[in-house]
Amino acid sequence: MIIPHPILGPRDAQEFVYLGDASLIDRPDGMTAGIEEFHDYLYQRTNPAGEHQELWYHEQGDRSWLVVTRNTVTHEILKVELARDVARARGRTK
Amino acid sequence: MTQPNRIAGGQIDRTRTLRFTFDGIPYTGHPGDTLASALLANGVRLMGRSFKYHRPRGPISAGSEEPNALVELRSGARQEPNTRATVAELFDGLEAKSQNRWPSLRLDAMAINDRLNAFFTAGFYYKTFMWPRSFWERVYEPMIRRAAGLGSVSREEDPDAYDKGFLHCDLLVIGAGPAGLMAALTAGRAGRRVILADEDFRMGGRLNAETFAIGNTAGADWAAATVAELASMPHVRLMTRTAVIGAFDHGIYGAVERVSDHLAVPPPGKPRQILWRIYSQRAILAGGATERPIAFANNDRPGIMLAGALRAYANRWGVAAGQRVAVFTNNDDGLRTAADLKAKGVEVVAVIDSRKGEVVIDTRGRLGLKAITIRDGAGRTRSFSVEALGVSGGWNPNVNIHSHHRARPVWDAAIAAFVPGPEGPPGLLVAGAAAGVLSTHGALRTGCDAARAALDLTGAAPDLPQAEDAPVRISPLWHVDHGRGRAWIDQQNDVTVKDVKLAKQENFTSVEHLKRYTTLGMATDQGKTGNVIGLAIMAELTGRSIPETGTTIYRPPYTPVALGTLAGRSRGKEFKPYRLTPSHYWAQEQGAVFVEVGMWLRTQWIPKAGETEWRQSVDREVLATRKSVGICDVTTLGKIDIQGTDAGAFLDRVYANTFSTLPVGKCRYGLMLREDGIVFDDGTTARLGEHEYVMTTTTANAVAVFRHLEFCRQCLWPEMDVQLISTTEAWAQFSVAGPNARKLLEKVVDQDISDAAFPYMAAGNITVCGGLRARLFRISFSGELAYEIAVPTRYGDALLREMLARGAEFDPIVYGTEALGVMRVEKGHVAGGELNGQSTALNMGLGRMVSKKKDSIGMVLSQREGLTDPEGYRLVGVKPVDRNGKLTAGSHFLEKGAAPVAANDLGWLTSKVYSPHLGHDIALGYLKAGDRRIGQRMRAVNLLSGQDTEVEILSPHMFDPEGERLRG
Amino acid sequence: MASLQPLTALGRREPVTVTHGPLTIAERTDVALASVAARKGRMADLAAAARAAGVPLPAPAAHQSGTPYSAFWIAPEMWFVEAPFASHELIAEMLKSALGEAASITEQTDAWVAFDLAAPDLAPLLERLCNVDFPVVPAGYATRTVMEHLGVYLIKHGAGAVRLYGPRSSAQSLLHALETAARSVF
Repeated sequence: MIIPHPILGPRDAQEFVYLGDASLIDRPDGMTAGIEEFHDYLYQRTNPAGEHQELWYHEQGDRSWLVVTRNTVTHEILKVELARDVARARGRTK
Repeated sequence: MTQPNRIAGGQIDRTRTLRFTFDGIPYTGHPGDTLASALLANGVRLMGRSFKYHRPRGPISAGSEEPNALVELRSGARQEPNTRATVAELFDGLEAKSQNRWPSLRLDAMAINDRLNAFFTAGFYYKTFMWPRSFWERVYEPMIRRAAGLGSVSREEDPDAYDKGFLHCDLLVIGAGPAGLMAALTAGRAGRRVILADEDFRMGGRLNAETFAIGNTAGADWAAATVAELASMPHVRLMTRTAVIGAFDHGIYGAVERVSDHLAVPPPGKPRQILWRIYSQRAILAGGATERPIAFANNDRPGIMLAGALRAYANRWGVAAGQRVAVFTNNDDGLRTAADLKAKGVEVVAVIDSRKGEVVIDTRGRLGLKAITIRDGAGRTRSFSVEALGVSGGWNPNVNIHSHHRARPVWDAAIAAFVPGPEGPPGLLVAGAAAGVLSTHGALRTGCDAARAALDLTGAAPDLPQAEDAPVRISPLWHVDHGRGRAWIDQQNDVTVKDVKLAKQENFTSVEHLKRYTTLGMATDQGKTGNVIGLAIMAELTGRSIPETGTTIYRPPYTPVALGTLAGRSRGKEFKPYRLTPSHYWAQEQGAVFVEVGMWLRTQWIPKAGETEWRQSVDREVLATRKSVGICDVTTLGKIDIQGTDAGAFLDRVYANTFSTLPVGKCRYGLMLREDGIVFDDGTTARLGEHEYVMTTTTANAVAVFRHLEFCRQCLWPEMDVQLISTTEAWAQFSVAGPNARKLLEKVVDQDISDAAFPYMAAGNITVCGGLRARLFRISFSGELAYEIAVPTRYGDALLREMLARGAEFDPIVYGTEALGVMRVEKGHVAGGELNGQSTALNMGLGRMVSKKKDSIGMVLSQREGLTDPEGYRLVGVKPVDRNGKLTAGSHFLEKGAAPVAANDLGWLTSKVYSPHLGHDIALGYLKAGDRRIGQRMRAVNLLSGQDTEVEILSPHMFDPEGERLRG
Repeated sequence: MASLQPLTALGRREPVTVTHGPLTIAERTDVALASVAARKGRMADLAAAARAAGVPLPAPAAHQSGTPYSAFWIAPEMWFVEAPFASHELIAEMLKSALGEAASITEQTDAWVAFDLAAPDLAPLLERLCNVDFPVVPAGYATRTVMEHLGVYLIKHGAGAVRLYGPRSSAQSLLHALETAARSVF
């Protein structure tokens, strides 16, 4: 596959490491959330046959974590964003 | 030596003669020949034996679709089985052997299978080898293994090299027949970067095998002129002998270039083949079409081949497959074979056209065709004496690569064949015969159109040269019902019409079931000639149309690929790169034994004169360190520079314990969890400045920890001011351990490092040997007074030599990973065996380190019920009750008297060493409720090695539990 | 420092130069290297300080030459800065004084082995080693790529001039990969 990197343009997926569902960005606060909430965060994932937001790390590149919106059936890549920007947009700070 | 079947013409160089052997018999051929064309020229039709029935077989094709003529090429280490004689380029000295026969090709003992064919029908494996159950491993499997497979491998290491490579272009054209050449020419003339790849060693495709003209010139000459024009364009890359094997995602194509297969031995340094990864957003599949046979009784005899192949041998190679030939066709194209052969002076004794009600119903000639029997429209039968029969059942477009993203071909009744459907790999267009456009004019036109469409070329389309544009006239005929012998469909896997009928009878009627049940299309040729006939017959039998019946689709690779090609250079010593430590050259001088740890080569131990067994060296290294001082290269530990105003807060989040409170100039042991509460990694992290830390990781996890920290930094806390960079390789780092460690270091360190000035867990920037920047950490893995000292890597070798020279009075030794392991087990420090990805801080006896006062990765889930079970595993030390008793890592804890079954299992030994200090084996292990079993006696049982040892459970801190030595 | 004699990444006293046909592979031990990363929200301060100090901070995927400092982009708001080793062995200290608190700076000199490749056309060699579309990318292009499993920074100075930075501990493996490819191609 080719991942269109938001900064570096098209890059071979061989340069990346795959992590999984981009909902991993939405980590609860450990000082307020309990085991149930963390359990859901870590283990309750959707596994769609179709559009999926997932995390890829450009390990053999610029070390950016990316949120890739990809169709898991056709492998078509619909959108690629820097995970840092997605995290900020979802309200994550320090 | 004559070539009795060589006739005039062809694209071979008759001025040169090549000598080769087949089954030890010498023959001659010419440059431009394939092994098959040269053998046919020499009157050799029998080239192999079939897979199951060992039927005598000859080539049916002149290309890569060949199911029958599979041979072994070369001998010794370069022996290569299952090579298709129809694509093997002839070279001087080629050695070829037939395969799947014993004792000889003409007399094959296993041909008894053919007589027993009633037992070997489709599904015979499933039916025959079911019972008795005990026979499976002892009788059936060895028997099947002996009989299975075609050729044999050399069992020697392949002496040749295989490269990999990467290419980029605007347009990849797959196939260099008329459509592909026209596409490449159109794109090339427009100035675009083009790769034109063809598996043949001569570009031109069918133009080389036909007699018709393009414009004013012969088709083959037009092809040669076009290739010459393309070759003159610097932005066009012509790749002959290059098979595109797959269409992968997003415009990535795989291709195998056979660089040296046409040479006896590759030139020095040159690869045998190259596996190319081609990046192209646009591609044109112009792979042509493959002719299919018609099934009739005994249609597999050597000498019976596809009509187009018979014609190709005559036109391209100047070979008549026989002196007297006949043609059996259901379409006009087959008639061309008869016309071309007649024009070449070959005697065509019969043309059997099924459209007139004429069919071939039987043949004779066990080792080669002697005669055919036909039945005419009036039902009369007649026999002809012939040496070759050309059969044409129509042409199947080579849709394979178009199917690689699961696109299903669609049925085109006009040509009675499957053609590419509307779906397909994005960016891949299809042109020429591959698209079902079977005339030469059509190929040129669609090739040009496809290139213009792919590249959005504007402007007037160029004038195409004149070429034949004959319509396809075909009346489908899949098999001939008359006649008594078996009628073959898939000749490589010996699938017959009868097998398809059996599949229908047993209700395996879907194409996928038909394939698996009969093995139709599952051989190395992927059923290129046989599949469509098989499913068309199934359609007839079930009363469904062919579109209703459907077709199986194709996966990469398009043609077989040698495993060596996929491995490339990554084999043997070059399987992966090595990483060498700064002390590597010094250790080599000392005769060190090295061990691979990931990619690193680390010193395992360094034998001294007189030491004959590894334990002697390791024991000596441990004792010398504990007695005076030892040095160990610990550069391999991951080092990550962490800076920024939030660096401390960041570390609090990624470590279970607290680092923001660590004073500048100090270091601390850190425990890193995964979010699920399991221990991920550990190491010491030092604070070198207000906003500057340096973290160490285990050698194994250096990359994974860095990736995890980047995840935390970018995805979880994007507003933290923290920057990361790996410094693992920038610093040569040595552990200096033992009672004399400080005294030795004082010889090289420029500053005061007395206990008062540089106490336990101090860390900081220093200088050595008169001003060289360095770092010093007072940390201990061995339990001794110990430091880690780091200098820029280029000075590491010199620092080691300097420490050994200046500290000679302390008899320093350099110890390897084994001694390191002994000392850490003695001390109860966790490492690989304990950091096994299943264990928590609590399991390791480090539960108190997980701070609940702050949020950190893994903190919450580490408190889950299952992970906090008071009866759960705890790290313990272990020693044998009898000090001569032996322990083995992996042994399981059992109560005395308990049966060695899983239900009684209480844990296992994670690491075991011999402690020279204590004088017996010791081990670490995870034991259920181990913290409450200290002092108890149990058994360590290992059913694999037959050990059952009585052991005493100890605290994991088996050496200097109070830590007096390391604070000394 | 004089008392400690450095070793090159290939374990020698002097850098190695090898030739294969038209190709020269020259190990470079005379380059000092440091990473410079902007502190959070301090990019403008860093840019100003860098401009004043003559430290180029080129755009993504680019290398910019200068005297004494050259630099190439390695990650968002992060660069590797090059300088002559003889005058800038303490490059991290020197950059810290020049750029102040606006950047996190880390010595990288000995984390890498540097090879300069020179030949009339390096494209045939590089297409056997990595997926960079070498003929198309411009001079001044800098990227991380993979060669025989090794992560490598590749800087194109021209069609016939490339600088590679590979992991120092794998210097021998990287040189072996380069030489093997050279024998295969030239």
